[in-house]
Formats: sequence, C-alpha cells, structure tokens
Amino acid sequence: MSMDITVNINGKEITVKRGTTILEAARNVNIHIPTLCYHDDLCISGICRICLVEVDGERTLQAACSIPITRPVTIKTHTERVRKARRNVLELMLANHYGECYTCFRNQNCELQKLAKEYGVDALKFEHVTEPRYEQDKTSAAVVRDKNKCILCRRCIRTCQDFQGVGALDATHRGYDTQIQAFYDQPMADAVCINCGQCITRCPVGALREKDFSDSVWQAIDDPSKIVVIQTAPAPRAAIGEEFGLPPGTSVTKKLNTALKMIGFDYVFDTNFTADLTIMEEGTELLGRLKDLLVDRKEAVLPMVTSCSPGWIKFCEHFYPKLLPNLSTCKSPQQMFGAILKTYFAQKAGINPANMVVVSLMPCVAKKFETDRPEMTSSGFKDVDFALTTREVAQMIKEAGIQLTQLEDSPFDDPLGLGSGAGLIFGATGGVMEAAIRTAYEIVTGEEAPFENLRVTPVRGMEGIKEAEIFIPKALEEWSFLEGKTLRVAVAHGTANARKLMDIVTQGIAQWHFIEVMACPGGCLGGGGQPIPTSEEIRKLRAKAIYGEDEQLTLRKSHKNPQVLKLYEEFLGTPNSHKSHELLHTTYTPRGVF
Amino acid sequence: MVGHKIQILFSPAETGIALRLAIGKKPEDIIAQVKESKLRGRGGAGFPTGLKWELVQQAKGERKFVVCNADEGEPGTFKDRILLTDHPCKIFEGMAICGYAVGAQNGVVYLRAEYRYLREGLVNAIKKMKESNYLGKNIMGSGFNFDIEIHLGAGAYVCGEETALLESLEGKRGEARNKPPYPTECGYMGCPTVVNNVETFCYVPAIMTKGAQWFSEIGTMESTGSKLFSISGDVAKPGVYELAMGSTVDVVLQLVGAKDTKAVQVGGASGICVAEKDFNKPISFESLPPGGSIIVFNKSRDMLYVLKNFMEFFVEESCGQCTPCREGTYRLLQGVEMMEQGRCSIHYLHTLRDLAQTMLISSKCGLGQLAPNPFLSIIDNFKGEILARDRVARNSKKTPVVR
Amino acid sequence: MKLESRNNQIAQEVIEIVEKYNFQREKLLQILEELNDSYGYLSEFVMKEVAKNLQLTTTEVYSVATFYSFLNTRPKGKYIIRLCKTISCVLAGKNAVANALRNELGIDFGETTSDGKFSLEFTNCIGMCNQGPAMLINNDVYYHLDPEKAVEIVEKYQ
Repeated sequence: MSMDITVNINGKEITVKRGTTILEAARNVNIHIPTLCYHDDLCISGICRICLVEVDGERTLQAACSIPITRPVTIKTHTERVRKARRNVLELMLANHYGECYTCFRNQNCELQKLAKEYGVDALKFEHVTEPRYEQDKTSAAVVRDKNKCILCRRCIRTCQDFQGVGALDATHRGYDTQIQAFYDQPMADAVCINCGQCITRCPVGALREKDFSDSVWQAIDDPSKIVVIQTAPAPRAAIGEEFGLPPGTSVTKKLNTALKMIGFDYVFDTNFTADLTIMEEGTELLGRLKDLLVDRKEAVLPMVTSCSPGWIKFCEHFYPKLLPNLSTCKSPQQMFGAILKTYFAQKAGINPANMVVVSLMPCVAKKFETDRPEMTSSGFKDVDFALTTREVAQMIKEAGIQLTQLEDSPFDDPLGLGSGAGLIFGATGGVMEAAIRTAYEIVTGEEAPFENLRVTPVRGMEGIKEAEIFIPKALEEWSFLEGKTLRVAVAHGTANARKLMDIVTQGIAQWHFIEVMACPGGCLGGGGQPIPTSEEIRKLRAKAIYGEDEQLTLRKSHKNPQVLKLYEEFLGTPNSHKSHELLHTTYTPRGVF
Repeated sequence: MVGHKIQILFSPAETGIALRLAIGKKPEDIIAQVKESKLRGRGGAGFPTGLKWELVQQAKGERKFVVCNADEGEPGTFKDRILLTDHPCKIFEGMAICGYAVGAQNGVVYLRAEYRYLREGLVNAIKKMKESNYLGKNIMGSGFNFDIEIHLGAGAYVCGEETALLESLEGKRGEARNKPPYPTECGYMGCPTVVNNVETFCYVPAIMTKGAQWFSEIGTMESTGSKLFSISGDVAKPGVYELAMGSTVDVVLQLVGAKDTKAVQVGGASGICVAEKDFNKPISFESLPPGGSIIVFNKSRDMLYVLKNFMEFFVEESCGQCTPCREGTYRLLQGVEMMEQGRCSIHYLHTLRDLAQTMLISSKCGLGQLAPNPFLSIIDNFKGEILARDRVARNSKKTPVVR
Repeated sequence: MKLESRNNQIAQEVIEIVEKYNFQREKLLQILEELNDSYGYLSEFVMKEVAKNLQLTTTEVYSVATFYSFLNTRPKGKYIIRLCKTISCVLAGKNAVANALRNELGIDFGETTSDGKFSLEFTNCIGMCNQGPAMLINNDVYYHLDPEKAVEIVEKYQ
C-alpha cells in the first residue's frame, strides 16, 4: 500500500500521507473547515458535527476531523448540502445554549459566537433559551461551572481524563438528558479536581471559567487604608499581550509594570525574586537529603519532587498520597512571597501587615485554591489575599482604559523586584530544574554548570517527560561526598505525564534524585489562567519569549541574587533555617480519590 | 416464491450437521459459500455477510471475535426473542461456523437486559452443545476451539448499533465510535470482530447444508433468502412470520388478517411509514428496507400520536453524544407537540423537515441517521390529517403559533 | 447494623464480585448489574468501591451507570414494574393498564411506593409486541395484560 494519497479538495489536488484526516489535509491547503469539539491538544471525538464535508461515494456527510484519508477521494467543503447541514447543527447548539453574549466572559472570544457570525445567524430557528436552567456551580475556590452554556463538546472531559489524567468530569445520563458532571453530580468543591483549569482554556464557550476576584482587588485598591501589593509571575508576562492583540510570545513585562501602577497598585514586585528564594531553599533541601543518604547513611526520601505547582500538589495529594514525603516542603514562590511581604517587607517599609493586601498575577487557576489553604498563614495573616489570572488582570487593565501596548516601560519596585533569569524560566517546563542545576552545580563544584551559555537544553522543550544526568567531576570540600557522582533528574509537565513518573517512583525502581513536575502542559506558560486559546504552537512561542528574556539578563543564577542574599542576611539567616522553615515551608494533606 | 411462507429458520434441523460440514472445509471456501448465497445482514443495514467475514479473516490480529447482536430493541421487533427462545443452537452453530471461517476462538452474545429471563436457556444450550463437543475445545476432533459467553446489556437501545455494542461490551457507555476503523479491523478490545445479528447467524447452518445456490434462489436479486417479520398492531394474527424477501406489504397484510389498514410502519421506529398508496411495494433491500418489524395501524389511529410515540423513544434512546441526534430528536418531538396543539405553522413545519433531512446525513451513527425517518414519512403521508387537526388546546393555552 | 460494619460487608462483596470477573475493566457492566441486583441500586459507596477495585475514577463508573436504564443510581423499590410504552403495546391497550397500575399502587410513573416495595416505570419496547400490553417486574415478563390481570399480578408481589 502506498503511503501517499492524492485527494481533491474543492478542486485543489493535494498529496497527503495515508491516515491524514480530512481536516488536516484541508488545513494544508488553507481551506477552513469549522470545528468545535476538535482541539489540537486532544484526541478526536467527532461529535459536534460542525466540520461536516461531502466525500464522494459516501451517502452521508463526513466529520472532517475524524475521517482518515485512505483512498483518493474528492472532498467538497461548502456545497449546499454541507452549508445547510452545518447551519442546522449550529442552530441546534444555539437553541440549547443559554447566555446573553454581553454578560459572558467569553464574549468576543467564544467559538460558538464566532461560528454564529461566520454563518450569518440572524435569528434563532428553533428556540432561544431565555432563563437559566441550572444554577452556576461556584463551590470551588478556583473553577466555576455554568452548565447553561455547555454545548456538550466534551473537550473538558478529554482534557481532564486524557490530557491531565485526572477524570473529574465525565458525560452522564443519556440522550437529551446528557450532561457533564462530576461523580454523583458532586459540586466542584467536592470533586476530585486539581484546579489546574486546563478545561477552562479548552472550553469553546463560557461553560467553565475561573472564580473571578478582580472586583475584590478593585475594592482593595479603592480603599485608601489598604496598601495593595502585586507580584507578577513570569508566565503571564509572556502571554498577557495576546489579550491586547499582540502575537503569542511577546513579552511585555515592563509595560505591564506601568499598567499595574496606573491601575493603582502601590508596589509591583517580581515573583522571580521568590523563585530564586525557592531555589535556595529547595536546593539546600535536596543537598541535605543527598547528604543524609550518602554521608550519614540515614534514610532519605528520594527522589525529591518540586512543589511549586499547586495543581500538581493537589494531584499528588489525591492520587499519590504515599509520595507526599517526596515533595519538597518548600512553599510555591507565590506563597513564599506573601509570607515575606507580610513580615520582612512590612517591617522594612513600616506597613501594618493587617492593612496590606497581597495580590498575585498568576498564569494559574489552582493558585486561587492555594491561597485558601489553611497552612498558608505563617505570616500571621492570609499570606496571599488574592490570586488573579492573566485573563482577570487583562480585564482590569481594559476596564481602566489602559492601552497596554502603548505604555512606557517601568522597572519593578525595590527591594523585592529583583529576580534572576533562573527565576524567570520557572515559567516554562524544565525551568525550575534548570535553575536548580545552575545553582547546585556551582555551589557544589565552585564552577559554572557545564552548558553552553547556561542553557540546560536536556530539560528544555515540549516533550512530556525529559531526563538528564549531571556528572560531578570534582566537588568543593563541603560537598566532597558528591565527587564523581552523577545526579539524575527528570521533568514532567501535564499531570498525565507526572503520573507516568510517579508510577515508577511508587514501584521503587526510580533512579532519579530530583524531579520537576508542573501540572500544566508546557509548564506555567500553558497554565489554566492564561489567555485562550492555547495550543502547543502558542506554548512554544511563549517559552521562546521567556528563554529569550533570560539570555538578556546578566543575573542568571538564583544564588547570585543580591536581594535574596540580603534577605538571608537581614532576616532569615541561612537557607532551611528555623525561620525559613516557619515562613517558607509547608505541609501536605493526603486526600485520596474515594 | 414471493409472498409465500417458507421455513428455513423455523424448520427443525439437527444441531452439528452443518458445523461438521463446515469444519471439513477450508475457511476460504466457507466464506466463498456465504458470499455466493448473497446473505445480507438482518440487523437492518444489510451489509453482505460473506464480505464482512472475509474482511475479518484477512485482518491482522492475534485474537479475533465473533459477536452476536441480540440487543433487539427496535420497537415492534421480537423475532430474535423467538429465535433465542426456540432455536439457540442454530445461533451458536452459526457463530461457531463463523468463528472457524474467520479464525476466531471466542464468541459473545450481547443479550439485551430486557431479555434477561432468556439467559438461563441460552446458557443451558451452550452447555449441551459443549457436552456434544459442538463447542469448546477441539470441536469434533478438528483442533478448532470455540467458546461462547453471554454478555448482558443494561438497557440501552443504541447498543444495537454495532460500535456502540462493542463499547458496551467493553464496559463503557454505549456510544457509537468513529468509523473508520470498522469493527472488522478494530472491534472488541481492538481486535478484528464480526458483529452479526441473531437472525443472520441462524441462516448460516442452512446455507452450509443446503447450499448457497438454494438460498440465493429464494427472494429477490439483491435480497436473497427469507426474512423474519415481527408483526404487531391492528392485525388479527400478530406474531413472527418467515417470508421470502420481496414480499409486498399487501401480501403481508392479508396473511396476518389486517383490516381497514391506514398505514404500516416497516422497520420499526427507525423505519418508514407506508400509506395505502404504497402497499404494493415489496419489502427488500432494494425497496422498503426490511428491518425486523412491521406495525400495522387501522383507520381509527391518530398518526400524529404514533409519531409522537416514536419521537419520544428517540429522545430517550439517543446516546446523546452527537449534536444532530441529541438536539435534533428533541426539536422534532417538540415540533410534534406543537402540531398536536395546532400551533405549528407550515413554515416551521418546513424548518423541521429541513432539520430532519440534515439529521439523515449528519448524525454520527445509524440511530441518528434513521431517527428522522418516521417524522418525514408520517408528515409527508398524512400532512392533511395533521394540518386539519382539531386544535384541542386552543382555549387553554394562549401560546402563539411558531413561525 | 452499624454503618461501618455494613460498609465493610458491602466492600467485601464488591471485592468478591470484581474478583470473580478477574478485575477486568471490560466487565464493568456485568459487575454493576450484579451489584444493582444485590442492593437494588448502586449507591455512592458501592460505585466508589467498584472504582477502587477496577482502578477507575469514580466519575467514570458513574458515567457508565447513568447511561443504562436498568442500572439505578438512586434507591428504587424492591420490585420495579416496567410497563412497555412503545406503540404496539399502546395499540393493544397500554393506557388502561397504566391507569390501573397507578390506581392500585397509588403512585405515578417514575415514583416509588412509600413502603419501598414498588417502583413504577415506563420502559421502551421489551419485544413482546405481539402479546401486548406487556410489562417486566424485575426479571419476570408478563404479557397480554388488561387492567384486571395487571393488578392481580401486582397483588401477588404484595
């Protein structure tokens, strides 16, 4: 059987590999076929039936997304039959879709709305839902569901089950009663949901969204007695431009600082600062565990696994409660920041922490849940008051009438506005590992990590699981036990990939010493709070922006961050000191799944 | 032969004779014989059985399966129940012959939950056949192994669709798969699988013993052999009739003692409603598709009510995954209810017809593709009756006519 | 019985049934059917135990269970009366039988008697079209019903 087949689409001849879908073939020749249940990241479903096309020799229209080309066929994508059928299918979806577009957070970024426009829907043929039939599920601290808008494309299910390996949602019941539900129709707060928000970024309509705290933040800004501080994470800065029409991969860090100041935040700090702090704490913790094992012959829990990603943490608590001791005890950079702001910074700046409102700009939906964790109050207050997603902050900027793209640059505020390039790359999968290697290698050997221009390429890129081995040829005296040893590391992004690694760890056959896990695909830059749409292409561009920015910095190693060193000197003492443990480390809760 | 009662399935036949003949032959020869008989699937779609077997035989796979579709759920159909009750050995023998021909060692009968009370009889029949070495290991010393297990459904009409059935067999929701790949290539547990209807398997022993030639001479050119019809409704003698393919509606009506007949639903809820003007049409794959069921309505019956009953059925039984079927069946039902209340304008009726046409060509599986059939055929045949309907709810409901 | 020991007993029975099917994922439907028979319905607890033993998510088990009309995820009566509502049975007089059953049991279709004995449901075609009206009471089939006959049959289950 020949591998290449020539097909004719709308009169254009195109040669494709056997098994290419009609949709892919059409895209190759720039023929647009509308889709809804299809998503680049997900497996094929073929259920919305909007991508219907005419294939010669077939009585029925075929769903272009799900039909592999296995013979030389003639395909037509906009015959009368096709247009009529698509229009009817679209009308059926609209007839059952509640939502006045102008009250929907997906207004102007909704795939259904876009299709209605493309197909010139000017009146609803069948019905118009004027009253909501279901109450919105706002029980979760992070994810809000509105079944009234759901068109049952099941992208959320495939995201949750296949892509993330969680399975919080599934189709239940049958026929016209079919719904998307959690087990026993539990509210989202009780569901085995890790709050990653990946479902939100793949929902074509507004049936899923994050819990919106922008009004509370406005309120704090408007309150003259409050000092409102915002920290911004690296991933949103590489993506928020998309909300303002910039191409993916345009970093707007310094313009964003200006915008946030204009909105009324009193201080704008850089989460990279606590990313550097994380490296100091986590690196020390790792070296400590290695020392326990190799020198003191004590039992040490290895591999150690990163704990920056709150989606991953909840995943581990649900699915691998036995591996919780493997998690680093470090809080995430967001939470470290909150704790430092309400103690060290409050003292330094003479602010009563009770009047301080800490806001974070995060690419993440799970961060909202993290701020609410009862353990996250070591400053004596709620360490971080509100975690906002990239989308929420973009909304605030728009509401304030600020033209982000036209703004001048401004720097971060002192003293917590200084972050290294190592902290910056936390935003991409493999970034924490790379930052850790840059620091740990140098601390142990006294020499710079042996990678050209500090690019630790084996842990970069979009492969689901990455591994690397770092040989330590000679070590400084304090670390002599590591001399001649090889440090083995692994990186996973997306919890379905993390599952693969954890299964190996559970079996006790893992050779790794250190593992980085990020719950979201591509790491934070593909977070559930980032601009919609998402695809691997977009995630790659965001990653490129982050790595590019790193290379332009002179400060590219966490342990060289002078402000971090000053923090230790003035306040914390040494990494993993008693005070560090009090403020910067945490505990976990085994949850199980049943 | 047309129109006469004949007996292939209901004739007594000693179990094992056909199987013995079959295992004396090469698998290719059996398939050739089934192909020559022109036997077509009796589940409704009418796919050539021999070709299906050949595809599975040629497909690559360490394991292959033979699945018997006993999820008879089409409204008005009960022929398979009779076969399952009275002739289980013919089914199993047919399955075993198929297994030998395609290279499968495992057969599964997917029995609908509503027929759960038949399971014991089927299990006993399998036991007996095993004792006679017609099933089990090294069948009649041939070295061929074949086992059959009964798998119970749990109440879902859509599982009669072959890929939905396979999903259900794998313990999942009975939702139709994307095709290709077809079950012949990737079926139960990803293995090449033959899925045939109960009735289809039953013809196989007769074809083995009496020959393909004999079988192909019964019926019409494209629809050979006989066919079981489940006949119910306004008739004097309801029941299962075995008739040659190509029998006309008229002949069938005479046979079962139907009087004053207004309409006949051929092929169950997903079939076509035939009005008097078409009673001379033959029932065969070329003309009126021969599903298992014939429901007869006399002149006193309200056809809109009949249509409503069918549409309610589909709204409940759609698996709910694809838009045209899930939403479309609901809209059609809603339209019928409007008609009932006399508030469906001719304009909206056309809109619904247009929708029904779309469903025929855009639904993911057979259920959704056939669900508009009764809507279209009843509306078209009885439009006058429906439009002239007494507007019962005129005073009680002040709802406007939908345009 | 204390809830905990009752739950332990159920958990044990679930394990036995799942074991009987060799922990095979594809036997989920059979497993759910057996448990549905044992307890009359699939409780939250039962579904969780099944999920645990088959290494599935609870949501997936629930998703499958709600698809099929013969699996109950909410408590039902000891006897489930399923009267066929498909057209052949309607033509044969289903409506009169339905009324008689409603009157006899004092409940509507979709409801369960207060003593938990009977649930009344409509079902789609049960393949008794030539002998309608017909109904199933649990696994037993009754046909050629009329109002009198139907209530007499129900009486036997009282």
